[in-house]
Amino acid sequence: MSQTKGSSAAAGEAARRRRLDWIAVHSVGIAAALFFVLPFVFLFLTSVMSDSQALSGGLWPNQWVWSNYVNIFHVPGFLTWWKNSLEYAVLGTVFTVLSSVPVAYALAKFRFPGRRLALMAVISMMMLPPQVVIIPMYLFWTNQLGLTGTLWPLIIPMIFGDAYSIFLLRQFLLTVPTEYLDAAKVDGCGEVRTLLKVVVPMVRPAIAAVALFQFFYCWNDFFGPQIYAASNPSSWTLSYGLQTLHSAHHTNWNLTMAATLLVMAPVIIIFFFAQRAFIEGVTLTGVKG
Amino acid sequence: MKIKPPVPPALRKRRRRDLRVALAFLAPWLIGFAVFFLYPLLATLYFSFMHYDGFNPPTFVGGRNWHYVFTVFPYFWPAVRNTLWLVIVMVAARTVFGLGIGMLVTRIKSGAGLFRTAFYLPYLAPPVAATIGFAFLLNPGTGPVNHILGDLGLPQPGWFNDPRWSKPSLVLLGLWGIGDLMVIFMASLLDVPTEQYEAAGLDGAGPFQKFRYVTLPNLRPIIVFAVVTGVITMLQYYTPAIVAGQVASGTISGSGQTYLPGYPDNSTWTLPQLIYNLGFQSNDDLGSASVVSIILFVLAMAFTSLLMRRNSGLMGED
Repeated sequence: MSQTKGSSAAAGEAARRRRLDWIAVHSVGIAAALFFVLPFVFLFLTSVMSDSQALSGGLWPNQWVWSNYVNIFHVPGFLTWWKNSLEYAVLGTVFTVLSSVPVAYALAKFRFPGRRLALMAVISMMMLPPQVVIIPMYLFWTNQLGLTGTLWPLIIPMIFGDAYSIFLLRQFLLTVPTEYLDAAKVDGCGEVRTLLKVVVPMVRPAIAAVALFQFFYCWNDFFGPQIYAASNPSSWTLSYGLQTLHSAHHTNWNLTMAATLLVMAPVIIIFFFAQRAFIEGVTLTGVKG
Repeated sequence: MKIKPPVPPALRKRRRRDLRVALAFLAPWLIGFAVFFLYPLLATLYFSFMHYDGFNPPTFVGGRNWHYVFTVFPYFWPAVRNTLWLVIVMVAARTVFGLGIGMLVTRIKSGAGLFRTAFYLPYLAPPVAATIGFAFLLNPGTGPVNHILGDLGLPQPGWFNDPRWSKPSLVLLGLWGIGDLMVIFMASLLDVPTEQYEAAGLDGAGPFQKFRYVTLPNLRPIIVFAVVTGVITMLQYYTPAIVAGQVASGTISGSGQTYLPGYPDNSTWTLPQLIYNLGFQSNDDLGSASVVSIILFVLAMAFTSLLMRRNSGLMGED
């Protein structure tokens, strides 16, 4: 009798502990969520303030000026920046995927002398800060090819494979069982057909992740456009043009914040549609596939 | 003396064929490697010993550029000090915070998906947009953060406009974008075998001991990975530093533009900014810019080799 009483008291104690634990975890969770979400909220609230209020500050808009989101498109160049960003990101992504898949396949599945060396070369290239080689590259694109002032010096290299994408795809391709490839070869497929008919359909999620990363990389790139496109405003991208708004265009904070949120929007919208592929890709970058 | 057995002709033929097929697949990348990595790297090394302005032919000056960068160029040591500060504070803060948020996310039971998305989204914000956003939020005059601090009667720092606060402000921005580390830590936390926690619980371990003796040892490789990649990222830290300085000082970079690099008071100089400043901003001193490039390269590769050795998963020999 007393024994059951004791154990039910212990069970009650455990339930109470669990409840307290739940409350503690979720309180910390809500506090953390505020830290991550509030910046977006304040950016948004400022983006719909009137000009005069944006100058003086304040947290809540006195009146909601939705037309800011229309007026920002009247800022000279803003539409051109969109066009250029899209061009850079779309072409860059397509080129990268087309050129990187075969390289990753060879590195993951072929046995050939120098294979390890080639992999180390890919990793070295992946880790190379882009600023290290910028002096000779700038001279190359300017003096040899006269392409400075355009985005081509940033897009053309992607025809030759992107180290980061190659590495990521290779990690994923390692998980494809070699038996499938052997079976395809027994059926008389060459390496090219095996890649297209067997491998590519199997690694579609990885290809999606690489495409997303590359799109975001181009969309976010600041250093590249700063070096090659700065001299020619008609080649500016959003990431480069955005930071000139407040300073050079003397654009008020409300319009600047509207533009800032608009630049974030495509990336966040794409993320919601492709969340799975994206998270999978991020996990893939940290050790092991 | 050991004699290598002769390779049978059939095998040698197969190997040659394997190499040919591999080369066909690798060809585009091999060209890319030569043109966009090997050549510019060698050229950078060559330029670092030349006086070169990009127009007149380069002339050999021996170690003069190196001497100039180390002893005369006024921004080199501030950039090194800032980088060291970022390597220590930013990397430590991001690793600890990322692990903390990762642990929090694995323990949240209600609305887990919603929390996860909220924690992850800021990482996706394009760096330029995120930095401008923070430069606004933290701007000392009209920014919401100082507005709230003022209402609460708390001190209002100068954030990006105060040399003592500019780097901590960048850390705040770095913590906001913790999503990448959160996902990686989350995945590896879920991989820790539950039996180990149960066994520790039976031995009477409390939550702290479980963390110390079960979680940490299991997460060691991923922590090393986070720290080393964090260091490499900090070596090439560029966009947030330059954009925050520009927006806070009300100037912009770019050709024909003037801005105050390192604003405020040299507190945000980083190594890549030196390359940009020496090579592209009126200095036209491509030789000295190349010296900084070589230094940056050696540092980045040193840490990369650490990653290749420590982290067997990166090479993933099957």
